Amino acid sequence: MTMRIGVVTFPGSLDDGDAARAVRLAGAEAVRLWHADPDLHGVDAVVLPGGFSYGDYLRCGAIARFSPAMESIIDAANGGLPVLGICNGFQILCEAHLLPGALTRNQHLHFRNRDQWLKVESTSTAWTGTFTDGQEILIPVKNGEGCYVADQRTLDALEAEGRVVARYIRGNPNGSQRDIAAITNERGNVVGIMPHPEHAVEALTGPSLDGLGLFASVLAHLAGKSAAVPA
Amino acid sequence: MARVVVDVMLKPEILDPQGQAVANALPRLDVTDVTSVRIGRRIELEFSGDADLDRVREIADKLLANPVIEDFTIHADEQVKA
Repeated sequence: MTMRIGVVTFPGSLDDGDAARAVRLAGAEAVRLWHADPDLHGVDAVVLPGGFSYGDYLRCGAIARFSPAMESIIDAANGGLPVLGICNGFQILCEAHLLPGALTRNQHLHFRNRDQWLKVESTSTAWTGTFTDGQEILIPVKNGEGCYVADQRTLDALEAEGRVVARYIRGNPNGSQRDIAAITNERGNVVGIMPHPEHAVEALTGPSLDGLGLFASVLAHLAGKSAAVPA
Repeated sequence: MARVVVDVMLKPEILDPQGQAVANALPRLDVTDVTSVRIGRRIELEFSGDADLDRVREIADKLLANPVIEDFTIHADEQVKA
């Protein structure tokens, strides 16, 4: 059966179309979700795409976090639904307390838009299972407020529990603490990533096809789960 | 009508790049004795009736500030209240 992956559109979302296309290229059905609709339409996973959601007026993701769709997603994520937040989606996940820490203004104050190398540090999440530990991947980064911060205790806990999912290598584009580009929750079903895997899914439009790995991973994760459940 | 002012500031341990950029510009005005600049946000809430400061605290904690990185202070604006 084809897996159904929801992609939420918030007012101002920019990359929802790209995220839906990445989902289709990975072999799943993309289900467009509207932020004001609390019904998740039975999707198997959710992507919170990047862009400049209306929450940014106060703090990135602060208002988006209170969308009706987010209330449902928070409950579902706590129940194990795989959720991937990309860029603004990462910010929303932090504001929703599904992930620790916060994303703040880039340390150098400049918007950064470039192809970025990352090192995959955890393959035990729902979204990174098809990568190999330590794999280096190239996907675009584009953000003005992508500097990941958390207190030292939280950072130490993330490291100790293997919850740093990816780190920037060959340069840190925004000053993120400990070069963190992506993190996960304790259960491994919720991942926030600042660079944009959905922009690295086709040779025509991206620097690599490495981004497809995240979408392929969640499909493998879901297939493994359904296989484990007796019919 | 009551007005309540909520001041939101980045926690001291969080780098404030905006404040730093301003601090770096001050010497151009021949200001050399400012050792630190921190930039925050002032939010004014106007209530139709009396303001319940406990509710304002909840609003600030949930929405106006992100307690992970920011502190906030609340004070009733006496001038408007009078």
